[in-house]
Amino acid sequence: MQTSLTINGAAVTRDVSPATLLVELLRDDLGLTGTHIGCDTSQCGACNVMIDGVAVKSCTVLAATLGGAAVTTIEGLASRETLHPMQAAFKDNHGLQCGFCTPGMVMAGIEIVRRHGPNVDAATIAHDLEGNLCRCTGYQNIIAAIAAGAKAMGEAAMRQEGGA
Amino acid sequence: MRGFALERPATVAAAVAAYAAGGEAALIAGGHTLLPAMKSRLRMPDTLVDLSTVAGLTGIARDGDRLWIGAMTRHATVADDATVQASIPALAQLALLIGDPQVRNRGTLGGSVANNDPAADYPAAVLGLDGVVETSSATYGADDFFQGMFATALADGEIITRIGFRVPQRAAYAKFRHPASRYAVVGIFVAQFAASVRVAVTGAGPGVFRWIAAETALAASFSAAAVKGLVLDADDLNTDIHASAEYRASLAGVMLGRAIAEMEK
Repeated sequence: MQTSLTINGAAVTRDVSPATLLVELLRDDLGLTGTHIGCDTSQCGACNVMIDGVAVKSCTVLAATLGGAAVTTIEGLASRETLHPMQAAFKDNHGLQCGFCTPGMVMAGIEIVRRHGPNVDAATIAHDLEGNLCRCTGYQNIIAAIAAGAKAMGEAAMRQEGGA
Repeated sequence: MRGFALERPATVAAAVAAYAAGGEAALIAGGHTLLPAMKSRLRMPDTLVDLSTVAGLTGIARDGDRLWIGAMTRHATVADDATVQASIPALAQLALLIGDPQVRNRGTLGGSVANNDPAADYPAAVLGLDGVVETSSATYGADDFFQGMFATALADGEIITRIGFRVPQRAAYAKFRHPASRYAVVGIFVAQFAASVRVAVTGAGPGVFRWIAAETALAASFSAAAVKGLVLDADDLNTDIHASAEYRASLAGVMLGRAIAEMEK
């Protein structure tokens, strides 16, 4: 089926079979392999992406149903050389070990800020990470990273408002 | 997944027609039950009819003593909606206990109710809140709608359009959540109306059901004391790797107590 959507700001039109999952379109067709397939059963959150600004598990969405939607993947967060504040916070807080779950964690972090704002507390972050699994290590630094990233996103938004 | 044809109708009538013409067809709402089932080839439809393009299946509105929610309304929307929170806060809280944030951004009320998983949350609210299920061809009261494990009154290809919940004086949902699947090991929905009390049980048995002994006791005296020690009959309950029937029977009493405590706060 001919499907046109926006991916990381660029218009994309592809002929996709109805059974193609969004994560398959991203990885296999478009080469956006930052979005990972962990469990393929909508448990682990490694495949989280944004559809129209809302985080979803791309292993459980059919690409052919997304005509007109705007998808953002981990590749679409940074602007040129500057990391997204949530990405920078994961780096600064050692919020990853092997890195496999990290793209989904970063997306979940941005979703947490969307839902709870930049001053979200650690307990809320921990609770809202229930759909993301890390198999390497504890979640301590991931939670710290998201708290720091949330704060940085809030400050960036304020700077933008002040500059506008 | 095995290949299939995808239909994206714009109206309920077109969706019904596409289903009828689609060989072995399936309706897809949020897809968070159906797509995993298709990946594991438990379901292999020839045609998927996508309800996300059908007009008029979303939205939330209060009309007298009914709160109407469109079948394609997503869990996150129900959880966050001011009208739901003002009319039936327990329903907003129930929606917030389904899956995880990303799942709640996709999963829908109608999909959950049509599937009628024996451990799903929404069926407990529909039954506990004396719900009305409107479809493409009929209207059902909740007592007639749910018919056991994955079974409902829906005919093949019949599409839920919206669900009306009777607004109670107060209500609560107490859920013992499986830590991995996030489904209810046992969930108890209690709703108190002017002249009656309804208690719905999910997760414990082959499908959602009303707990009549609890309703009778609470109608006589609405208090935790009135149902203290009350447990379900284990004979009719599920045993699986997570919990035995006896465990669920006892847990139901505990969750009933928690729901009442929440209502009396």
